[in-house]
Amino acid sequence: MATEFVARGADLELVGIRKEFPGFTAIEDLDLHIPAGEFFALLGPSGCGKTTTLRLVAGLDEPTKGKILIGGKDVTETKAYQRPVNTVFQSYALFPHMSVLENVAFGLKQRKIDDPMTKAQASLDLVELGHLALRRPAQLSGGQQQRVALARALVNRPSLLLLDEPLGALDLKLRRQMQIELKAIQMEVGLTFLHVTHDQEEAMDMADTVAVMNKGRIEQMGSPEKLYDRPKTVFVSKFLGQSNLFVGKVEEENASSISINVAGNKITVPKDRAEKHKGTIAVGVRPEKAFFHEEKPKLGAGHNLIGPGEIIDIRFTGVSNQYLIEIPNVGNVTVFAQNIGKSPVTELGAKVWVSWKVEHAFGLSDLPTNTGTETVTQSITVQ
Amino acid sequence: MRKFSFGKYALPVYAVLAFVYLLIPIAYTFVFSFNDYRRSNIAWRGFTFDNWTSVCEAQGVCEAFATSVSIGLISTAIATVLGTMIAIALVRYRFKFRSAVSLLLFLPMATPELVLGAGLAAQFFNVGAEMGFGTIVIAHVMFCLSFVVVTVKARVASLDPALEEAGRDLYGSPSQVFAKITFPLLLPGIMAAALLAFALSFDDFIITYFNSGPTETFPKFVYTAAAKGLPGEANVIGMSVFFLAIAIVVTVQVRSSLKAKRLAKIK
Amino acid sequence: MAFAAFSHGGGGGKKVAAPVSKGSGKVALLLLLPGLMYLAVFFIAPLFSLIATSLQTMDISSGFPVYNYGFEVSNYVNVVSQYGPQIFRSFFYALIATIAALIISYPLAYFIGVKARRWPLLQGLMLTLVIAPFFISFLLRTFAWKQIFSNESWIVTGLQSIGFLQPDQYLVGTPFMVIFGLTYNFIPFMTLPLYTTLERLDVRYLEAGADLYANPRKTFIKVTLPLSMPGIVSGTLLTFIPIAGDYVNASGLFLGSTETSMLGNVVESKFLKSYEYPTASALSVILMGAILFLVTMYVRKSGTDDLL
Repeated sequence: MATEFVARGADLELVGIRKEFPGFTAIEDLDLHIPAGEFFALLGPSGCGKTTTLRLVAGLDEPTKGKILIGGKDVTETKAYQRPVNTVFQSYALFPHMSVLENVAFGLKQRKIDDPMTKAQASLDLVELGHLALRRPAQLSGGQQQRVALARALVNRPSLLLLDEPLGALDLKLRRQMQIELKAIQMEVGLTFLHVTHDQEEAMDMADTVAVMNKGRIEQMGSPEKLYDRPKTVFVSKFLGQSNLFVGKVEEENASSISINVAGNKITVPKDRAEKHKGTIAVGVRPEKAFFHEEKPKLGAGHNLIGPGEIIDIRFTGVSNQYLIEIPNVGNVTVFAQNIGKSPVTELGAKVWVSWKVEHAFGLSDLPTNTGTETVTQSITVQ
Repeated sequence: MRKFSFGKYALPVYAVLAFVYLLIPIAYTFVFSFNDYRRSNIAWRGFTFDNWTSVCEAQGVCEAFATSVSIGLISTAIATVLGTMIAIALVRYRFKFRSAVSLLLFLPMATPELVLGAGLAAQFFNVGAEMGFGTIVIAHVMFCLSFVVVTVKARVASLDPALEEAGRDLYGSPSQVFAKITFPLLLPGIMAAALLAFALSFDDFIITYFNSGPTETFPKFVYTAAAKGLPGEANVIGMSVFFLAIAIVVTVQVRSSLKAKRLAKIK
Repeated sequence: MAFAAFSHGGGGGKKVAAPVSKGSGKVALLLLLPGLMYLAVFFIAPLFSLIATSLQTMDISSGFPVYNYGFEVSNYVNVVSQYGPQIFRSFFYALIATIAALIISYPLAYFIGVKARRWPLLQGLMLTLVIAPFFISFLLRTFAWKQIFSNESWIVTGLQSIGFLQPDQYLVGTPFMVIFGLTYNFIPFMTLPLYTTLERLDVRYLEAGADLYANPRKTFIKVTLPLSMPGIVSGTLLTFIPIAGDYVNASGLFLGSTETSMLGNVVESKFLKSYEYPTASALSVILMGAILFLVTMYVRKSGTDDLL
């Protein structure tokens, strides 16, 4: 095997990847570039094609069409064992008939690297499991198994490390702890990490760049902050956090903003935060950026205001209260209010107005379908 | 004071009685292996170790036993290899005619041995094959095959495909992955299948009788001898095989139980 | 454990995923072909051979019978009219013995699979006892029963002295003895699949049953029994099929007499003693046909994959 291994991570490039299985297409026409040394997260619901993408990169499946380049080299035709890529499997896939140390040394032995046992031991020390080297995987806890899987992949110094929902099987507390450790290790070794997950918090917490995948396509890619602040599609606005969406026709336009009409309410969005400037569009706002008022407030041009509506549900979640407000002809709007001791009215049935700053609104490229989730405002009545 | 509950003791007592019932003929065979028999081993004539110390004295017993062992070993080897290959293919590959293949494997198990034996014998007569050692092996491989497939298939199905993928991901070529991961993990299932095949082959009489010609296997020896009286040496061989098999099974069980206990302690 | 193979669904372990399609169909073909070819040549072809032989015509022009290929359907009419009682006995004995095996096995399997669940080692050892008869030759254990119930045995003399049997009445050679032997010999085939299903039975269902005001008897009939159906189905099949084709227990050399002879005894003597191949083959085909019919009815209810 003439595989070359670099000390630092390499970049990954997917060009026009398509993957068909009998009966359905898992990935259609995917282009993706991950720079060397980056922590990249592929985020999406189950069945969106993210795990398939990872398997294609690992060489465990072959693409129907397209090219895969690692460090500029075309590896599309090479087999899994010829690629400088290692995977941390969702189930960890530790070999049950070998000791922890033998598991970690497996890849080194296959490549006939000198002194595999010493290197494997060092790698186990890195994940603080050196003292358990002679145990069998079945004798370790879930968190320990996860670390062994990580050590087994890292010891090979792959150009690219693939993580398939690596923390999915751990409980919440351990997951948070492992997120921090994983991020620290990535910074330390400087490898390129491709992390597949359906947990939006995990993706936003750890990754430099997040790509949101849906139905075999990448919907939007960018830094976690950007994705959250400026989602471009209905799917992204819903999958990353919650959103209130309003649909209406663009009726006013000036140099910097456009306004839509939603059942007589004017909702304005800055032009540079809207994907489309004409026709019927969806405008959204995050629930924590919206406020409600018991009396109609006097607000400047920098604000959107709708209402009055009625509070129909209140949920106490600890850090915040979540209010569901029904606004006639517009739909339901969700508002999060921080629990900072001086909460506004918390009475069901109270009559309120909802407002938010224009600069917090975002305009989407597509329209919600009628099957939106409970947190998405449906304002189809206008159309 | 708790009331004496009939239900609480009925089942355990029943189980003990059932085990006694199951073991009676074995106990009988064991006791009569020590009988100082003359012409037939029917009436109790006194205790002796002679049958055990000179097993091969009785005409034909040891020869028949040796024939059965070698037939068992050869049939087991062939059936285990062929059956393991089929089991892997059934679990790991998608192909057309899957249900037809499943049916073909299921049918020999659903066919009475009488039909298997008579059918094969009719076939051998029709092609003019000479009955003997070879035809017995052919017959035994045929009826052991499906049992091997079933046993190994269960093991393959419980093998996480991600383990083999991890092997490939960690630079193992297909043959290395098979040798270092797939095969060692399937081994317990393959061993169980081989033991089962050997047991089936060793004990088979019905099919063998139709396809053996002049070749004498141990069960055939017992069948023929039953008419004129079975020598005590036959009991000795039967009991030896019995104790060996029980020892293997109990050892495996105790070992896995100890292992499970050790695991539980560490966690 | 090897004998788990007899049981429904195969031996333990979690099921992982449906078949994964990977690699080429060529590999699958190479893996399948040798074994399937073997079965085609030594299982399927013989079945057709058997059918062909069963339709052969007899020619006695040369002084001794010579059989030629033909289409002598009357062979079947002849065997049915001539050996009707033996055919009937095969299925009747098999039915009674299967029911007896089920009745004896069920409480035992329930005890091992449900009541002894907390002690895995004990469970294992009890299962070993269940399959222990398999470890001693089938013929030896049948022979042992013959001796235990022989005409001179204290059991028979005892039964005669209390008047249960007439002085000239014996056990060996009676239908009772044959069914007794058949039941005994095939009980493990019934107990193991029952055990496998009952072992997986979630006791919380029983607790739910009790919680919903069912008394133990009702809980058993409404909850336990339906949930153990898969085991009952494969157990009865695995017992009934070999019993229907057995010829050792009913043989005069072992527990039977000419009065108890079954289909298998006729096939054995026609095939190996009087060389009347068409008769023996026709009887075998009748047995196979009847079994296939029964299995198909069962399989429709349970699906082949459950049995394989």
